[in-house]
Amino acid sequence: MKRIDERPAPAPPGLPSLEPVRLVDRHGRRVDTPLYQSPGNAVLLELLRGMVVGRRFDQQAGALTRQGRLAVYPSSHGQEACQVGGALALDEGDWLFPTYRDSVALVTRGVDPVEVLTLLRGNWHSGYDSNRYRCAPQCTPLATNASHAVGLTYAARRKGENVAALVLMGDGATSEGDAHEAYNFAAVWNAPVVFLIQNNQWAISVPVHKQSKAPTLAHKAIGYGIRGHHVDGNDAAAVHSVVSGALADARAGKGPAIIEAQTYRIDPHTNADAPQRYRDATEVDRWRGRDPLNRLEALLRAEGLLDDDALAAMAAEGEALATRVRERMAGEDTLDPDELFAHVFASPTAQLLEQRQALRDELREA
Amino acid sequence: MTELTMAQALNLALRDALAEDERVLVYGEDVGPLGGVFRVTDGLTEAFGEDRCFDSPLAESGIVGTAVGMAMYGQRPVVEMQFDAFGYPAFEQVVSHVAKMGNRTRGGLRLPLVIRIPYGGGIGGVEHHSDSSEAYYAHTPGLRVVTPATPADAYSMLREAIESPDPVVFLEPKRRYWSKGEVEPGARTEPMDRAVVRRVGTDATLIAYGPMVTTALDTAAAASAEGLDIEVVDLRSLAPFDDATVTASVRKTGRAVVVHEASTFGGYGAEVVARVTERCFHYLDAPVLRVGGFDIPYPPPKLEEHHLPGVDRILDTLARLQWESRWVEPERSAPSAVAPNGLVLPAHDTRVNA
Ligand SMILES: Cc1ncc(C[n+]2csc(CCOP(=O)(O)OP(=O)(O)O)c2C)c(N)n1
Repeated sequence: MKRIDERPAPAPPGLPSLEPVRLVDRHGRRVDTPLYQSPGNAVLLELLRGMVVGRRFDQQAGALTRQGRLAVYPSSHGQEACQVGGALALDEGDWLFPTYRDSVALVTRGVDPVEVLTLLRGNWHSGYDSNRYRCAPQCTPLATNASHAVGLTYAARRKGENVAALVLMGDGATSEGDAHEAYNFAAVWNAPVVFLIQNNQWAISVPVHKQSKAPTLAHKAIGYGIRGHHVDGNDAAAVHSVVSGALADARAGKGPAIIEAQTYRIDPHTNADAPQRYRDATEVDRWRGRDPLNRLEALLRAEGLLDDDALAAMAAEGEALATRVRERMAGEDTLDPDELFAHVFASPTAQLLEQRQALRDELREA
Repeated sequence: MTELTMAQALNLALRDALAEDERVLVYGEDVGPLGGVFRVTDGLTEAFGEDRCFDSPLAESGIVGTAVGMAMYGQRPVVEMQFDAFGYPAFEQVVSHVAKMGNRTRGGLRLPLVIRIPYGGGIGGVEHHSDSSEAYYAHTPGLRVVTPATPADAYSMLREAIESPDPVVFLEPKRRYWSKGEVEPGARTEPMDRAVVRRVGTDATLIAYGPMVTTALDTAAAASAEGLDIEVVDLRSLAPFDDATVTASVRKTGRAVVVHEASTFGGYGAEVVARVTERCFHYLDAPVLRVGGFDIPYPPPKLEEHHLPGVDRILDTLARLQWESRWVEPERSAPSAVAPNGLVLPAHDTRVNA
């Protein structure tokens, strides 16, 4: 975190506050928050731009799913502040470890949106070049990529590179043993890894109070002897501030941190979900009232940093992106069945070559 | 030539790999100053420093998961699971990430990492220290699964595993850690994905791997006293499987028995029997049989001798290979015929109904 005064950092484990850190309230008014500094105007505008574009992308992906062009889509709607705030806090050399839910974070990071959707379209398991974007493949087995981030930063340190990593995870995932192991390895190795928990209140149909008795999920940090932060996950400015502060601390050798961001999954878990079976629509409405885009927009307008034209330009950018995605995904993909055997090993084994031939024969006869 | 135990040969392999390649790292539970519970990493921390060989937190999933991240970023981690059954917490990492990463990223992120696992019984270990877990790994596409049977192979195969661009599950037959053999320093044996014929014979093939290769050789020696000339094939690589070497041997002898310590039901031997039968059916004089452990959880130390296949049980199984059919066969030394595929066959193999 960026401290605005010279008070020494609370010796870990300092208690995360029960009240989430907030820099902008839900009406778009600034909140004076000691210890945390608001991002500058340029970053605030960039956060809004990312969220506007991200939400439009998310809507487009939802539409493509309804048209049967995506196999499945876990929506980011409602969680844009976490995903955009987190992704924009990364330095170019840092790495992002996303889950299936984090398409908007990947788009914000600059990954080709169509490549982001490769997995969910069912074309291949990961569509983008991880090394190029410094984004690990989207991870589905919950919490299992968290330790990868710890290992990757260890490797970077051995190479003399100051690389930090941001791991995105859900509230449900924090119950997994792998989350614990990753937090602990990161702590013991003093790894420059920030774990950003997007607490969207639900793990499919299971509410967060059935996952944990911890006062906040950020309190888990205490047991590992590392820093924990509790932030309003619908306040993009706060998320960005807290995550960039934690990443800066990590790069400065101060070790890892666990951040819990309070947010909400507005849409069903995926298109296949039936949320009416487990949650009340009034809850969704309540959270719509805390919309992260409206909040930042209100702030920027109030401070004279945003007018209708500027907002329209952001919307147009989102529209253009959605159109490109639609167009590029309109046709049928041609997939090469030979490729099934191409990547299992660095070079295919005799058995795989045999099986490739058998499939070729089968297809020729068909 | 130096005489080394298998544990010493493995140690030497790690030592040479650490010395030759800055990217190689060794870590796990108690592998640092203690040198591992089997002393395979003895002296490595002292020689190469805490940065290259170190004790990690005690968490197998975390050990393998961090190794995934290291390998993603160009290191070559070699991690140890302290015992076979303690590798299970890492199973999700192994199956969902180690085995799949290269494939799911279309070759973009290869994982050149090695997971060393002491496996199998025969050391009087109490519960959870003697599992034969090879089938779980061999069944998982994307993993290379190898197991040495001699100190020379232990050295060579571990070096090759560390150099491999693919993830390797390196199964160490723990009861053979202390058996000695000649190791030429730095020398490589056959490539690690090849099976080798350890003993040439004509009457039947014993197919074994890891801890059972020695047992199979002992069996062959005992069988020769009974007038049977047994060939012994050491598989070395469980995945991929060296069909060519195994098939050539079985086509020559016409009879085969697969031997492993693991429980027989759904075990690795079932795969071997299926492959051999599919490829050698017309060469077989008897069904391919299996000798394995019973279908029971690994027994307590005082009963393990009844569970583990030994020379007697393997001899009994060899005796069940329908040798009576030989009495009606033409002489084995009858002139050869050339099969359509160019293989030279003993005359009797051309019979439709052997
Ligand atoms: C190890 C594992 N167990 C179960 C699942 C099935 N699953 C997919 S998403 C999910 C809920 C995850 O909830 P949370 O971590 O809060 O993330 P969210 O989906 O809300 O973003 C479950 C149970 C899985 N992907 N991985």
